[in-house]
Amino acid sequence: MQHDTPPPAPFLRKLLDSPELMIFGSLILIIVIFMIMAPAAFLSGINLRNMAIEASMMMILAVGMTYVIVTSGIDLSVGAVLVFSSVVSVITMRATGSDAAWVPVLGLVVSLLSGAAWGLINGILIARARLTPLIVTLATMGVALGLARLLTGGIDLTGVPRSIVNSIGIGRIGGIPVIVLIACIFAIIGGVVLHMTRFGLYTYAIGSNEQGARRAGVKLQRHLIIVYVISGLCAGLAGYLTLARFSSTTISGHSMDNLKAITAVVLGGASLFGGIGSMYGTAAGVFIPVVLASGLIIVGLPSFWQEVAVGMVLLAAVLLDQYRRRSRSS
Amino acid sequence: MTIPILSARNIEKSFGQMRAMQGASFDIHKGEVVALIGDNGAGKSTLTKILSGVLAPDSGEIYVDGKLVSFGSPLDARSHGIETVYQDLSLALDLNAVQNLYLGREIAAPGVLGRLGFLDKSRMRINAQESFSRLGVRVPDIRAAVANFSGGQRQGIAVARALMWAKRVVFMDEPTAALGVAQTRNVLELIRRVRDTGVSVVLISHSMPDVLAVSDRVTVLRHGRRVATYTTSAITSDDLVGAMTGALEPEGAAA
Ligand SMILES: Nc1ncnc2c1ncn2[C@@H]1O[C@H](COP(=O)(O)OP(=O)(O)OP(=O)(O)O)[C@@H](O)[C@H]1O
Ligand SMILES: [Mg+2]
Repeated sequence: MQHDTPPPAPFLRKLLDSPELMIFGSLILIIVIFMIMAPAAFLSGINLRNMAIEASMMMILAVGMTYVIVTSGIDLSVGAVLVFSSVVSVITMRATGSDAAWVPVLGLVVSLLSGAAWGLINGILIARARLTPLIVTLATMGVALGLARLLTGGIDLTGVPRSIVNSIGIGRIGGIPVIVLIACIFAIIGGVVLHMTRFGLYTYAIGSNEQGARRAGVKLQRHLIIVYVISGLCAGLAGYLTLARFSSTTISGHSMDNLKAITAVVLGGASLFGGIGSMYGTAAGVFIPVVLASGLIIVGLPSFWQEVAVGMVLLAAVLLDQYRRRSRSS
Repeated sequence: MTIPILSARNIEKSFGQMRAMQGASFDIHKGEVVALIGDNGAGKSTLTKILSGVLAPDSGEIYVDGKLVSFGSPLDARSHGIETVYQDLSLALDLNAVQNLYLGREIAAPGVLGRLGFLDKSRMRINAQESFSRLGVRVPDIRAAVANFSGGQRQGIAVARALMWAKRVVFMDEPTAALGVAQTRNVLELIRRVRDTGVSVVLISHSMPDVLAVSDRVTVLRHGRRVATYTTSAITSDDLVGAMTGALEPEGAAA
């Protein structure tokens, strides 16, 4: 056989090569610190549930964002698409004037379709018209949010069917909030597809070398469009879940969602240059800001420290990615 | 006179003002090694891309076994058994060697899982390992991203990928540019072995000794045109340099 055995990597090198490991390590470290400082409050059922729900909502957006970033794209429109989808969903459900059991299902379908449609627009402009993802999604972000405000006059809509709020918004199965279960299932499916299927492989191939992927027979345009549709679908689902959670739209509450989702994905070891990233890394990346925010409040520090800390960790993550890229492309 | 297994006639291709192909023609027969040479910018890579389905020519014809074809995409060329080692290698650096070898042609997992898009990773790995060792291509770590490898190692993977799949013709655009002496000799030996299996090879190289060592014929390009074709056994390095630099008129230009 012709295979040289690789030299045993020193521990530090291994750690540097595996950003997911570092982020999981940091997450566990933070959790341990808060557990020591304030075990009772930090580990209380209500705090755990709140953290899990916060993280779950963000995870749903981050699943789609992981795909987008692995292709070396970006999707700034997710928060606005979330809002738009929840608005059209409520409007549709109210328009039925019924509280039959099919109305919430209709609302879900409308929300998902709305998200997918925005994703399709993003995807077509990026893949077919060859515009940069940053500009395209910045534009659709503005359009989607503006339209949502026009549709509502800027005032949040209530009238979300009670059954959605009860079954999903505050519902629990075996003590676990339904939203958390949905997010878990969603993330697992997203991870399995990304890491184990041909679709996932092509997503990495495109992010690594678009030309090369095309020459190897990957249907580049179609694949990119599907990736942005996935991101839109995630935003649509998240929009529906926010309705269930707050029993109204939350038009002005999602202006930072796009950046938070990107932060989570990058914290999780994904590279903005594409080709690198993982769903389990993203899952850890989602929890870090959430755990920091709640833990800092519990130990009595201003929660603004969370923003400072997340910003610094983000910088560290990007620097590390840069370092890894330099050290290998010799 | 046998019919060439692949030929091109009067290929024109411009990039804006730049006329990269100005009526180039090219022929290759079954089981021969044709060296394609020419100065920097002569159009060798452009011709390779056109005959690999990556670029569409502005005009001109391509024939496979004498039948007119048109390549709308690299897949079309591939379906005719044409494989290419691109000058930029065209590897996905974040994927490992096995994934690169099989990109676009993955082996699906058996049964329902396969139809859902799951892949048979272990079979691909075993096959890839077998191919690498059969081709004498060294891969330091079969699970590591190709980005971690040296230029020569990457070139080896790109060469292995093309040779593994080629049925008719392999284009090799400067496959030995980053290789040391021993590795270059290995690639030249591979070219002979592939040729002996009946697959034709187009070798693009600036190294005259390599060209003379391995090719059956030499085609010289200049300014996007074929200026001459020689039988390798009848020429010297000096003849080739003369043809490349312009001591000869392009074909069709004289008389
Ligand atoms: N995509 C492109 N856009 C613009 N010009 C191009 C493009 N591709 C090739 N060219 C031009 O076409 C001409 C032929 O290029 P080509 O790469 O085919 O040359 P080559 O013979 O392969 O040279 P080398 O030996 O340096 O690899 C060059 O002048 C090049 O600048
Ligand atoms: Mg070239």
